[in-house]
Amino acid sequence: MKNDQQPINKRLRISFSKEGPLRFIGHLDLHHIWQRSIRRAGLPLVYSQGFHPQPKIQLASALALGFSSRAEVVDIWIEENRIQTSDIGEKLQSAVPEGIAILDVQEVELGSPALQTQIVSSEYEVTLLDENPASLINEKLATLMEAESILRPKRVKHKKRKHFTSAPPTYDLRPLILKLVKLPPGKEDNAIRLFMHLSAREGATGRPDEVLAELGIPVEDVRVERTKLIFSE
Amino acid sequence: MLTPQQIEARLERVLLTVQKPGRYVGGEFNAVHKDWDSIQTKVAFLFPDIYDLGVSNVGLKILYDQINQRDDALAERAYLPWLDFEEIMRANEIPLYALESKHPLIDFDIIGISIPYETLYTNTLNALDLAGIPVKSAARGPEHPLIIAGGHTCTNPEPMHAFIDAYVVGEGEEVIHDIVDTVQAYSRFPVDSSQQHNGKTVKRESLLKALAQIPGVYVPSLYKVNYMDDGTIAETIPLVEEAPARVLKRIVAKLPPPPTDFIVPNIKIVHNRATVEVMRGCTRGCRFCHAGFTTRPVRERSVEEVLDAAEKAIASTGFEEVSFLSLSSSDYTGIAELVEAVSERFPDEKMSISLPSLRVESVSVDLMEGLKKHRTAGFTLAPEAATERMRKIINKFITDEQLLDTAREIYSRGWTTIKLYFMIGHPSETLEDVQAIIDLSNKVLAEGRKAIGGKAKLNLGVGTFVPKPQTSFQWVSVDNFEQINTKQNLLKKELGRGIKLAWTDPEDTIIEAFLSRGDRRLADVIYTAWKNGAKFDAWGDQRRYDIWMDAFAEHNLDPTFYTHRQRRVDEIFPWEHISTAVHKKFIFEDYRQSLEGLIRVDCREQCFACGILPIFKDLRRENPGDIWMCPEVKSRKPKTAMQPDELITIN
Repeated sequence: MKNDQQPINKRLRISFSKEGPLRFIGHLDLHHIWQRSIRRAGLPLVYSQGFHPQPKIQLASALALGFSSRAEVVDIWIEENRIQTSDIGEKLQSAVPEGIAILDVQEVELGSPALQTQIVSSEYEVTLLDENPASLINEKLATLMEAESILRPKRVKHKKRKHFTSAPPTYDLRPLILKLVKLPPGKEDNAIRLFMHLSAREGATGRPDEVLAELGIPVEDVRVERTKLIFSE
Repeated sequence: MLTPQQIEARLERVLLTVQKPGRYVGGEFNAVHKDWDSIQTKVAFLFPDIYDLGVSNVGLKILYDQINQRDDALAERAYLPWLDFEEIMRANEIPLYALESKHPLIDFDIIGISIPYETLYTNTLNALDLAGIPVKSAARGPEHPLIIAGGHTCTNPEPMHAFIDAYVVGEGEEVIHDIVDTVQAYSRFPVDSSQQHNGKTVKRESLLKALAQIPGVYVPSLYKVNYMDDGTIAETIPLVEEAPARVLKRIVAKLPPPPTDFIVPNIKIVHNRATVEVMRGCTRGCRFCHAGFTTRPVRERSVEEVLDAAEKAIASTGFEEVSFLSLSSSDYTGIAELVEAVSERFPDEKMSISLPSLRVESVSVDLMEGLKKHRTAGFTLAPEAATERMRKIINKFITDEQLLDTAREIYSRGWTTIKLYFMIGHPSETLEDVQAIIDLSNKVLAEGRKAIGGKAKLNLGVGTFVPKPQTSFQWVSVDNFEQINTKQNLLKKELGRGIKLAWTDPEDTIIEAFLSRGDRRLADVIYTAWKNGAKFDAWGDQRRYDIWMDAFAEHNLDPTFYTHRQRRVDEIFPWEHISTAVHKKFIFEDYRQSLEGLIRVDCREQCFACGILPIFKDLRRENPGDIWMCPEVKSRKPKTAMQPDELITIN
C-alpha cells in the first residue's frame, strides 16, 4: 500500500546502554543491529534518496570494542506521525538484543544538527581488574596530569603509512584529557576505579585506551564504561 | 571442568586480543536461554567451522527450534574458533563452550554435529578435542556426552565411524525427539555408586543399543566390516541383534512448520538472512547430484505456508532478506503464484528476496523480473555441461539455444552480470567437452555484448566433479591431478576477455573424493592427519595436502584406491548398509542408461520406481494428494504377493 500523501517524518533521539555481549560488537555492526531492531519494533525507517538508499540512523559517537556504556545516543528517522513517543521505548526495548537497554526516547527537531557534530566530550569510568598498589596509580596519574604535553604516535591507516619515511606523526594527548582522577573505593570491592573526562570534538578525540597506554595499564586488564556523552548547547 | 562464570572471567581477559570477538560471545536476538538447572536434557548443536559460516546452517536452525520447543530439553550452539582464538583457548585452558549459557560442551547430555560436507571431518575432531572430549568413541566414558552427527555426509558415515557415537541418516526433525526420549529413558536410573564406572559403561552400551533401534539411527560401533583380499568390502554386519542389517534413512511425511524465529547475528556472517524451505527433494534426476538422490521424495509446502513463514520471520528477525530455499525453485508447483504474492505481501522495497536454483529457461527471467523490486544483484544459471553428449550422460538436458535465449533475456532486461556454473570431470569427458564450455561461455557473453555492450559481464564457475556415494556415478573414478590440470589449463588459456573464471583447487577435489568415497580404514587417516595439524580443510589457505598424503603412507593405504579406481559393478560399497530408500538396482540401471546416453525425464511426468514409494508407502498413504510429488499408492495392499512396483498407480 502506497501512501498518496507525503509521509510525515519524525526524528527520535534514543539514549541507550550497551553492555554484556554487545561490548564486543563494533560500530558498523551496531548500526546494522539498530536497523534490524527498528524493523522488529515495527517502526518504518526513513531511507535516504539515491541509488543506494540508506536507512537514516545516526550514532552519536563510536565506542571502542570492549567498552560498555550507559550513555549512548542514536538518532533515527521514522515515517510515522501516529506513534506515541512513549510507546516507542517499549516497542524498541522488546526488539533490541541482549545488552542494549533503552533509557530514553525524545522527539527532536527534524532540522537539528547531526549528533556527531554536537559532541564535545565523553566521560569514562575505568575499573582495574587486577590488584594494583593505589600509591603507584596515584603517582602515575599525578605525573601524567603534571605533564605539559604528552606526545603519542598517531594511528595511521596501513595504506597511508608508506608515505611517511621519517618518524611517524604524533599528536598531543594532554590537552584532550579534561579530567583524570582516582575515584573513591566502591562498597562491593576494593578495585581501583578511574574517572576520565576526555575531549570528543571532531579531530580532537581523546581515547581511553591511549590514556591507559600512557599509564602503562594493558586494556585487557581493565573494564571501561562510558558514563556520559556531553553535547554542546 | 570450568563453570560458566569461570569461562566468562577468562574470556573477558582474552577476547580483545582476537579478530572479531563478536563470534564468541553470543547474545544474539532470538537466542534461546533456558534455566539450566531445571531442564532435564541439554543438547549442544555444533557446526564444525567458524561462527560466520555456521549460524546460517539451515539444518541446525531447524533442530535448535525443535529441541527448544520441548519443556524438558534445551538446545544451545557452539562453533569452532578461528586459529587465533583456538591458540588462546588452548593456552588459557578455555574449553569449547556453548554461546547461550557459556557451559562447556562436556556438560551437555548430547552434542549434535552437523557435517554437511567431508572437509569438515578434521574440524569435527578438533572441536571434540577443544571440548575436552576424547575424539574416539571407544575412549569415551560415562562422564561424556553422547556424540551424534547428521547432514549430507550421513550417506557414507564410514570414514567417521570411529568418532561418532550415532549417525542420523536422513531428516532430523522427528528422529531428534526419539533420540532425546531414549537418552532420557536411560538417564532415569541412577548408577550404583559402588561400581560407578562399570555401571555407567554398561549403561552407555545399552543406550547405544537402544539408539540403534530408532529408525534412521546408525550406531557404527555395533557393526563390523570384513574385507576381501583386494581391499574391497566383503560385508558389513551387525554385531548385536539390536542393530538392523541396513539402516534406512528417516524422512518426515509432511514438512513440519518451518522455523521463523531465527537467530539474528550481531556481526556480519555469510547468508545473513531469513530462509524458508519451500520444498524438499528434486524430481529432475541429475545423475551427479547427491542431494537429488538422497532427499527424495519431493514434498512441497503450500504457497500460503511459505508466505506466512516469510512474514513471521521478517517480523521476528528484522532481516532485510528472505531466501526461498529448494533444490530447484523453478519446479516448485506454486512458484508463479509465490512470486506474484511476494510483491503484495512485502511492499517494503528495501526487502530483498532471493530465489536460488532457477532452471535455464526464459520463464526463470520472468520469475526474477517479478521480484525486480526486491531483486538482488546477480543471476546464476547452472548448465553443468556444455555438449549435448555430456548433458545426456549427466541427465541434465538443456540446449545451447535455451541457454543463449535465457542469457539474452537476462542481459536485455537489466542484469549486467550472469554467473554460469559448469563442472569438469563428468564421466567420459574429453577435452572437446571442456573446449565447449569455453565456446559456450564466449557465446553467452557475446549475447550480453549485443544487448548492452561492454557493460555485460560473465562470471564462470567451474567445479570439479566428485562422484558421490548413493548416486548413479558411485561406480566411476575421479579425474586425477593430470586430467584436472590439463582441463583447468585449457580453460584458463582459452577463455575470452571479460570472463572471470573461478575453479576448484585440485587438492580440494581429491581430499573431498577420498573422504566421501572412503571406508572405515579412512578413520585412521583422518585421525593422523588431524593429529599432525590438518584442519579447516575447506579453507584454501589452510588446507595441508602433504599432511594427508603422509597420513595415508603411515597407515599403508593408497588414496588412489578410493579416488581413481573404477569400481566393479558387483562391488560392495562401504556405504551399502546405509539406505537412502533408492534401490541399488534403480541406481545401477540409471548408470547404465548414462553410459548409453539415454536421458530420463522429470519423474513428476513418469514414475521410474526408484524405490521411495514401496519403501515409504505407509507414509504416502497417510499423506495423499499434492504434498508429495510421487504418484498415489493404492489404498490397501492386496494379500497376494506382488512386486512392490506394481503397487504404484501412475497419474
